[in-house]
Amino acid sequence: MKADLKVALVGNPNTGKSTLFNVLTGLNQKVGNFPGVTVDKKTGFCTLGDGRRAEIIDLPGTYSLYPKSKDESIVFSVLADRSNDLNPDLVVVILDASNLKRNLLLYTQVADLKIPVILALNMMDLADKAGLNINIDLLSQKLGITVVPISARKAEGIEALKQAISFANAFALQEDTIDVAQLAPQLISSIREEIEVDNNYFALQLAHQHEYLQFLSPQQNGRIETLEEEYSFHSQKSQAIETIARYNFINDVLFDVVTRKNHFAGEESYSNKIDQFLTHKIFGFVIFFAILMFIFQAIFSWSAYPMTLIEDTFTWLTITLHQLLPAGPLTNLLLDGVIAGLSGVLVFIPQIAILFAFISILEDTGYMSRVTFMMDRIMRKVGLNGKSVVPLIGGFACAVPSIMSTRTIENWKDRMITIMVTPLITCSARLPVYTLLISLVVPNRNVWWIFNLQGIAMMAMYLFSVISAVIVAWVFKLILKSRERGYFIMELPVYRMPRWKNVGLTMYERSKTFVIQAGKVIIAVSIILWVMASYGPGKRMAQIDQKYSNASFTGKKSATELQHLKATDQLENSYAGILGHAIEPAIRPLGFDWKIGIALITSFAAREVFVGTMATIYSVDGNPDKLDSVLNKMKHARNMETGLPVFTFAVAMSLMMFYAFAMQCASTVAIVYRETKEWKWPAIQFAYMTVLAYGASFITFHLLK
Amino acid sequence: MKLSQLPIGKKGIIKEFTDLEMSVKLMEMGCLPGEEISIQRIAPLGDPIAINVSGYMLSLRKREASTIILQ
Repeated sequence: MKADLKVALVGNPNTGKSTLFNVLTGLNQKVGNFPGVTVDKKTGFCTLGDGRRAEIIDLPGTYSLYPKSKDESIVFSVLADRSNDLNPDLVVVILDASNLKRNLLLYTQVADLKIPVILALNMMDLADKAGLNINIDLLSQKLGITVVPISARKAEGIEALKQAISFANAFALQEDTIDVAQLAPQLISSIREEIEVDNNYFALQLAHQHEYLQFLSPQQNGRIETLEEEYSFHSQKSQAIETIARYNFINDVLFDVVTRKNHFAGEESYSNKIDQFLTHKIFGFVIFFAILMFIFQAIFSWSAYPMTLIEDTFTWLTITLHQLLPAGPLTNLLLDGVIAGLSGVLVFIPQIAILFAFISILEDTGYMSRVTFMMDRIMRKVGLNGKSVVPLIGGFACAVPSIMSTRTIENWKDRMITIMVTPLITCSARLPVYTLLISLVVPNRNVWWIFNLQGIAMMAMYLFSVISAVIVAWVFKLILKSRERGYFIMELPVYRMPRWKNVGLTMYERSKTFVIQAGKVIIAVSIILWVMASYGPGKRMAQIDQKYSNASFTGKKSATELQHLKATDQLENSYAGILGHAIEPAIRPLGFDWKIGIALITSFAAREVFVGTMATIYSVDGNPDKLDSVLNKMKHARNMETGLPVFTFAVAMSLMMFYAFAMQCASTVAIVYRETKEWKWPAIQFAYMTVLAYGASFITFHLLK
Repeated sequence: MKLSQLPIGKKGIIKEFTDLEMSVKLMEMGCLPGEEISIQRIAPLGDPIAINVSGYMLSLRKREASTIILQ
């Protein structure tokens, strides 16, 4: 779709920028990637009053054009780079009217780039409550641009804003703000000549930011570097002087634009009153943990029904299509490979949608920044961020949505560490594995009257996962080199009601992004695993077919029994089975045989597949409701050579340790790649988790043997 | 006096900064020399702190607050 006009939305965080974007574009929006950074590129279309189509670009919220991280440098890149396909014809700067002074800083920077700009003045109601009178006409006159008061939340003033967008000039008419040239006269004019830019402030920004900008060639970068040295340019000093000059300009502008209402009682704001409870020494934590428990419960229990529904629908679809389509390898691939893979992707949607509904509410209301405020001190000690708490708790349900939610963490290093350790938390997919193994070796009796031994074992696994996540986070804190200084200068926005439409859009957006971007990898991996588990070298499979068509063998056995036995033979002789045999020497020190080896391989699709694979290997029905049959078989499984039981206490514990640490989840690998944009990170994660899993299993097995 | 030494609820005026890099960030957030500033509350675990400056609430760690010198 071609747009007649490109409009970029720019503004501070917490100004309602995303709400405005949603109001302008509705469901007509697309989330993509900016190359090289982890910021979502949100674009959408909006039809203007005159019938023209405007493409709206939602740029990341920032307090200034000077980036504090690589992600923030996107704003300047998009605004400045004429060859960028998002380079806007018009910028709408959205301001929080209750805090014009700080908000206008970014405006003055954008204005000096001499891009056509209009102002959207949001949250006029808050300004009114705070006792501020804003003379909009005077502001507009002083800055030389159109100023439109809006309420993004109530969708008021949107038509006027659209009209202003369609009437906007192709030329920048705003008044100059500060004397940019004077900040570094020679440097600016030299850069203007060398790089051929027509704007002083653009040239100055190049001097500050050139190393982040992808549109500069290495030669240009080198030239700017040399010029900086030649004129002994000091970036931070220059920024400090510039910022002070800009605030002087803003003070002059606002002097008669914003007036305080007479007799306005400086009463304590409602936000402050709420804070006295929510960040209280005791209540604060009680409330926070209650909220966390609620979210945790919700992800678990609310998602159970839709997840079963999705799984059942796909099972039904597979069975029905198996009857309708001609039998053959192609049908098998489509139904047991592709459709099963698709089911494995869609089944995550309920958990993702629920977690993001809560996160959206927490962010929207302003509570999330209080969480960071309260938790910062503890989390910082182990290299995490206050905001890491939510992904980590979400990790008890599923690492996939939790890792997606780490985007709320602005600091690169904190975010990476959170992503790295979240999969260590005991997720719901480990539950069936632990249940099976614990009931296999831990006696079901009470100690000290009320404590059930199996329950204690399960709780120990949960606790153990938290401890290991904390230790690993601390280790990563020491290893990872940060590209940014660890700031904690964060706005605490006033409390507001959540915007339900935003909540809905976030749920939809996140689910869609997951299905489209991580789905591809997950489906590919599940097809590969399916092929490996269902096919083997031709001769072996032919022999099995022959064996089971032989009347002397099939003789007295029932059809179901035969089916189970055949499935076992097929799995053993499949590529996965052969691989299981092949890795046996490597896993024997952990106490595992090749049968467990097969389960470890198939578990890579999802950990809970372990139970199903065990069922197939021991020729029983893999129905999760009838665990008893698997349990029974595993209890009586004996080693062929020694005749001793396979699943001793030591083996089961070692296996649990392996599942606690190993990255046996293709979906997590896919989502870590999607969130970090580099294969390096999932590779590091996979490696360290495998090493830990092997080490922990080895030690456990040899201690208990 | 450093901002980190200001008692809760008392008002102070920013004079200067001891850390250039931090000062750029702080000034962008509205903490400018001459601006009135007060500590609103301290996080339950003693750090960070929440301050009132130029009409809104900002949270920062004590270490960062100690780079702000008051008049």
